[in-house]
Amino acid sequence: MSTKEAKQKAPKTKPANPAQMSGAEMVIKALIEQGVEVIFGYPGGAVLPIYDEIFKNKDKIKHVLVRQEGGALHAAEGYARSTGKVGCALVTSGPGATNAVTGLTDALLDSIPVVCITGQVPTFLIGTDAFQEADTTGITRPCTKHNYLVKDANEVAETVHEAFHVARSGRPGPVVIDIPKDVQFAPGTYKDAKTPGKHNYKPKTQADIAAIEAAVELMANAKQPVFYTGGGIINAGPEASKLLRELVRETGFPITSTLMGLGAYPANDKQWLGMLGMHGTFEANWAMHDCDVMICIGARFDDRVTGRIDKFSPNSTKIHIDIDPSSINKNIHVHIPVVADAASALRAMLEVWKKRKYKADKDAAQKWWTQIEQWRAKNCLAYKNDDKIIKPQYALERLRHFTEKDARDTYITTEVGQHQMWAAQFLAFNEPNRWMTSGGLGTMGYGLPAAIGTQMAHPDALVIDVAGEASIQMNIQEIATAIQYRTPVKVFILNNQWMGMVRQWQELLHGERYSESYTESLPDFVKLAEAYGGVGLRAETPDELDGVIEKMLKTDCITIVDVCVAQKENCFPMIPSGKAHNEMILSPDAEAFDKSLV
Amino acid sequence: MIQALKKRAKSSEKKSKSVYAPNPVNEEIESHTLAIIVENEPGVLSRVIGFFTGRGYNIDSLTVAETDHEETTSRITIVARGTPTVIEQIKASLRQLVPVKRVRDLTTFGPHIERELALIKVAGRGDKRIETLRIADVFRARPVDSTLESFVFEITGTTEKVDAFIELMKPLGLVDVSRTGIAAISRGATTHDDED
Repeated sequence: MSTKEAKQKAPKTKPANPAQMSGAEMVIKALIEQGVEVIFGYPGGAVLPIYDEIFKNKDKIKHVLVRQEGGALHAAEGYARSTGKVGCALVTSGPGATNAVTGLTDALLDSIPVVCITGQVPTFLIGTDAFQEADTTGITRPCTKHNYLVKDANEVAETVHEAFHVARSGRPGPVVIDIPKDVQFAPGTYKDAKTPGKHNYKPKTQADIAAIEAAVELMANAKQPVFYTGGGIINAGPEASKLLRELVRETGFPITSTLMGLGAYPANDKQWLGMLGMHGTFEANWAMHDCDVMICIGARFDDRVTGRIDKFSPNSTKIHIDIDPSSINKNIHVHIPVVADAASALRAMLEVWKKRKYKADKDAAQKWWTQIEQWRAKNCLAYKNDDKIIKPQYALERLRHFTEKDARDTYITTEVGQHQMWAAQFLAFNEPNRWMTSGGLGTMGYGLPAAIGTQMAHPDALVIDVAGEASIQMNIQEIATAIQYRTPVKVFILNNQWMGMVRQWQELLHGERYSESYTESLPDFVKLAEAYGGVGLRAETPDELDGVIEKMLKTDCITIVDVCVAQKENCFPMIPSGKAHNEMILSPDAEAFDKSLV
Repeated sequence: MIQALKKRAKSSEKKSKSVYAPNPVNEEIESHTLAIIVENEPGVLSRVIGFFTGRGYNIDSLTVAETDHEETTSRITIVARGTPTVIEQIKASLRQLVPVKRVRDLTTFGPHIERELALIKVAGRGDKRIETLRIADVFRARPVDSTLESFVFEITGTTEKVDAFIELMKPLGLVDVSRTGIAAISRGATTHDDED
C-alpha cells in the first residue's frame, strides 16, 4: 500500500499506522524482508489476495508461474539447493496443496529448506467440505518439518518469519503456512523479522568439545580410516566444504560421499573414492567395509548406503556428526555421536588436530592406500563401449568432456533411475551446490522443474537435467515454464525406452518378467520440444553424439536432447538386496549374476 | 581377513528378492513413561501422535491436559513400548518437533509416581452388591453414584491396581469402565527443567 493510499484509507481522527495492512500484504512484505527474490507458484481462488499483492510488488519479487504445483515445489527445491537459501512456493487450497505434497516430502527427506504458502478456504468455511477445501495442515503434518494454520491476520507476519527460521535452522526442511482467504483480506499489524516467534526453536549447532577431542584422537590412531560424508556438508554452507577439504588433506584419509553429498569434496582429487552405496564404486564400498575408523559427517546411514545393516562395516569404530539428534543411532549404532552443525564440528576437529600436532600413521596409511589402489584397479565403472549404439555411460562421459571445456559454471539436476546413478558415477562434481537430485524420496519428475529453479537462481550458468524418457514425462508440462521465463535449461534424455531401473531389477531378480516397465507410445521428443517453442535434438549413433552436445550447449532456450541409448544396459556396480558392501557385483560379473536368487 | 569375511557372508546368506535388507535382529522390548511439555496449540497432539503412528511405534497409554494456563503449555504423558533403540529414537525425534518444549523419560530419570483414575460401573442386586462394596473398600474405591441396581466407583492408583479391581468386578456385574490413562511425576524436589 502506498503512503498516499494509506492516508486516504486511515480514519481521520487517528494518524495512519504504517504497520497496519491486510494479511496478504503482510505475506509479501514478510517474504521481501526475508530476502525472497523468486517465488514459484500457481494461482487459485484461495490465494487470489496474495496474487493481487504480487501484481502490485512486481518490481520487488519475481513470481514464476509453473504448470503444476508439484513443479513449483521441485523448482523451489532446485533454487534452494543451488543457492543455500530458502526456496519459496505459493499454491492454492485443495488440489494446489495436495499436488505440493510430493515436493514437500521430497524436501523433507533430502533436508531442503522450503517455505510453501498455501491458500485455504475462509475460516468460517473450514470443515464444511467447501469448494477446494482440504485439510492441508493435517495432510502435510507428516511430510513437513513444521506447519501452521494462521487464523489471525495479526499473526501472519510473525508466522512467515518463524517459518523461514524453522526451515533453515538445524536440519533444514519444508514448512507449510496455510492461510485462509478471509485472513488474507483481514487487517492486522505487521511485525518485522526481529519479532520473536511463538516458539523458541533453537536447535543445538555447536559441537561438544569433549566428543570432538575423542573423535580426533581416534582418527589420529586410525590405521584404516575413511571419511563418509553426506548432504549435511552441503547444507552447512560453502564454509563446511572448505573445512572438509582442509581436514581431509591434513589427515590424508580417503573420502567417499553419499549421493546427496557429491561436490562437497572435489571429484578430481586423488583422495576421492567416488560415491558409495548401492551403485557406488567398488573402492568406496570396500573401504567402508574394511575400515577401522569411520568418520561420518552429515550423512544418515540410509539403507541405500549401508546395504545389509548387520554386516555393515563390522570392524570399525564409528564417529557420527549430525545436526539432527534423531539421526544418531537410528539405523547403525555409532560409538562417538556428535550433535553439531557440520561446519562448526569440522572447524573444531581441525583445531584439535593442529593444536595437538597429530600426524596420521604413515606406515598404516601406505598399506591402506595400497589396498585401496588394488580395489581401484578393478576399474569398477568400466563398461563395454559400442561403435554402433550409444552406451548411456559413454553419452555421459562425452557430456562431462564438453561441460568441463565450457567456461560457464555447470549445474546438474536429474530425474530418478538408472540415468541418475550413471550421472552420479560419470559426471564429476568439484564444488558444492552444483548437483540437484532427489535422493531420499526418489521422485521421478524432479529434474526438469529443479533445473528451472536452479536456472532462475543462476541465469548465466549452464543447467542440465540428465533425464530418462520415463521420468521426464512426469513433469513434462514444465517445458512451458522454461519457455515463458526463457530459462535455457538443457534436458539430456538417455532414452532407452524402458523404465531402466525397474527393468534392471526385473531382469536380475524377477526372472526377466518385464511387467509394465516398457515405455510404450513415447512422444517424439524433438517435435515435442519444437511444439512448445524450444529446440529439439536427437543423437542416434555415437558419431552424432558430440555434434549434438555441442549444439545443445550453444542454444539460448530450453533444449531437449533425445539420446537414443542401448536398451538393455544395466547400472553397475551394484550391491544386490540384502547384501553387504563387500558383496557388490561389477559389470563383468553381471552375466554370472546369481539368478537363483529369484 | 577379507576373504574370511566374504566366506562368512556368503554362507549365512538368505535368499531375498526385496530391494530392502532383511529386518535386523530384535532387542528386548521395554516400556517407558515419557512426560512431554508442549506448546498448547491446535494440532499439537495430532503432531505428537502422528509421529508415533507414522513410524510404527506403540503407545500403551496417553494423557493430556493444559497444565499452565498462563504460558499455555500442556503436559502429555505417554507410556511407549519399544526396544531401547526405538525408545531413544522416540525421545530424540519428539525433541525435534517445533512445539515440543521438553521431553523427560521418567523411567530412566529416577523414582517417579504413576497414577490412573478410573470410573467403574457395576450393576447387580442382592448379595453381589454387598460383596462389591466390601472389595471396593479394600481397594479404597469410592462409590460416587448409586442406584438400587448399580454403583459407579472412583478408583485411583497404579495401572496394576486398577486392573486388579476391574478383574474382581467382572463376576460381580461389571458393565462399564472409563480410565484416564497414566499421569506421572518424578519424586523428590526435581523439576521438569532439571537435566537428565
